[in-house]
Amino acid sequence: MNERRLQPSPWVERRRRIVNALGHGAVALATAMVLVPLVAVIWYTLREGIPGLTWDFFTQLPKPVGEPGGGMANAIVGSGIVVGLASIVAIPLGILAGIFISEYASARLAAAIRFVTEVMLGLPSILLGIFAYAVVVKPMGHFSAYAGAVSLAIVMLPIVIKTTEEILRLVPRHIREAGLALGIPQWVVVLRIVLRAASRGIVTGILLAVARAAGETAPLLFTALNNRFWHTTLDQPIATLPVQIFTYAVAPYEDWHRQAWAGALVLIGLVLVLSIILRLVVSRTHLEHEQ
Amino acid sequence: MAAEVSSVRTEPQGRRFAFPWRGAVGNGVFFGLCLLAGIAVLVTLVAVIAQLVVESRLSIEAFGIGFLTRSVWDPVAEQFGALPFIYGTLVSSLLALLLAVPLSLGAAVFLVEIARGWVRSVLSFLIEALAAVPSVVYGVWGIFVLVPWLLEHVSMPLAETWGEAIPLVAPPATGPSMLSAAVILAIMVTPIITSVARDVLLAIPRSQREAALALGSTRWEAIRTVVGTARWGIFGAIILGLGRALGETMAVTMVIGNDPSIHASILQPAYTLASVIANEFTEATTPLYVSALIEIGLVLLLTTLVVNIVARLLVWSIARRYSQQ
Repeated sequence: MNERRLQPSPWVERRRRIVNALGHGAVALATAMVLVPLVAVIWYTLREGIPGLTWDFFTQLPKPVGEPGGGMANAIVGSGIVVGLASIVAIPLGILAGIFISEYASARLAAAIRFVTEVMLGLPSILLGIFAYAVVVKPMGHFSAYAGAVSLAIVMLPIVIKTTEEILRLVPRHIREAGLALGIPQWVVVLRIVLRAASRGIVTGILLAVARAAGETAPLLFTALNNRFWHTTLDQPIATLPVQIFTYAVAPYEDWHRQAWAGALVLIGLVLVLSIILRLVVSRTHLEHEQ
Repeated sequence: MAAEVSSVRTEPQGRRFAFPWRGAVGNGVFFGLCLLAGIAVLVTLVAVIAQLVVESRLSIEAFGIGFLTRSVWDPVAEQFGALPFIYGTLVSSLLALLLAVPLSLGAAVFLVEIARGWVRSVLSFLIEALAAVPSVVYGVWGIFVLVPWLLEHVSMPLAETWGEAIPLVAPPATGPSMLSAAVILAIMVTPIITSVARDVLLAIPRSQREAALALGSTRWEAIRTVVGTARWGIFGAIILGLGRALGETMAVTMVIGNDPSIHASILQPAYTLASVIANEFTEATTPLYVSALIEIGLVLLLTTLVVNIVARLLVWSIARRYSQQ
């Protein structure tokens, strides 16, 4: 009787094989379905966006409501300025904090800061807009490029910290020990040796943070606000590309929709080009450290 | 032995004497800068939370705890309640998870257990690209492509066939709706759930798959045991996706219809916590109105904080358990 039990029944065997095949098919199908929206978004953005990518789009100011034509020149420059201002603050601060976690902090403090960084990565960006409104816009009495930059800096900060810290952890310990053994002060070892070994990965983190900030809309709505004209100083409202796209997309004018698509194409192109660069950089860095 | 070590530690000759600041002083200054930066991160988070609490005091004093359960939103009469937004946020996020979770987990399993070589790296890249697309671009695509398509091919047929019987899909079906928001949110949280679930699955040791296969399992059965081991980490990935969905602003604002009332039907417009802030903040003219919007932000903050902390702890617990082995 026991021997019979050990014989697998052919029916059970067949069922297991069928389930195996169905399972494989199901997860492959799921993967394909996950990618459908990506293809659809890129396809439509190209189709609808390319006609709007005229010379005027890059060089003209927006036209008054209802008048066709005009462009997003001020918004493109404005985005560059706000993201640039945010980078000036967030990048050095983020790199230093990343160094602190990986080189100096005790295990417990490092874990705490890492945890806070993760929590900040998960915060809805619109809340950072409220924060910048409360600490910059309200005291100054008006919307400004500075306020937008503050909110974007907080968007960028955790991204820079996280990537810096992860890359620094990949740098082998013996490199640090070799430097210290030569009598080089620790801070020189960190800046000139460890940071240099990790430089490519850190650049990756910076690009990632810049890409995220360039596409952020919500925190700018009530900090940088918007501006139909060229800004003259940084303490007044400033146009940015994502906010302009949003404004145009929800307005009822055909010509504005065309420009919103064109703006979306510029934004998506920027982000995808950056991601491809990142991908190449990261895979090369990992290879080098594995060797 | 101890004496030898201390003799090595004596001040070395050469450049270090020529530039004494490069040693001890430099170390101190650099350490101080790094310490400040590290502390600044902690301070920033605390400051964000504190500012939201301080700025919403006016509204908290006016409406008390009832703010969370009142469904009136009348800026003219200065009567504010958060219930429609809480409802819209929860329902749209949960619907989004319903759509996104099976697909994301399927994709994560495919990436880790089945795909090999260049297929795996290309797919990983595409899923990361999906995560990198800015929210406002999804919004533009949502308004002009997704919403009309859903209305014609999903909402209208649903409302016509089942609308009478099931209140959940009762007519009239509108273009911008809870359903549109849920679909766009599902698209946006899929890459996060997929990539975190992928990392969790990668953390499970190979030996477990090999053990299952050695016992005569089919590959699918081996995958099921691996997924079973990783279940808490996968749950963490889902919760992380939930956190993202709760706070997503622009794309949702553009497709949800922005109606501050509660409809049973998901084919009708709704409103979320994040969208009402995005839409009305610059229009808010009175201090109480601004404060009520900031209290909405505070509700959103506390919800996402709890959700994110739970998710992180779950994901980390899996990673830690298996990295120690």
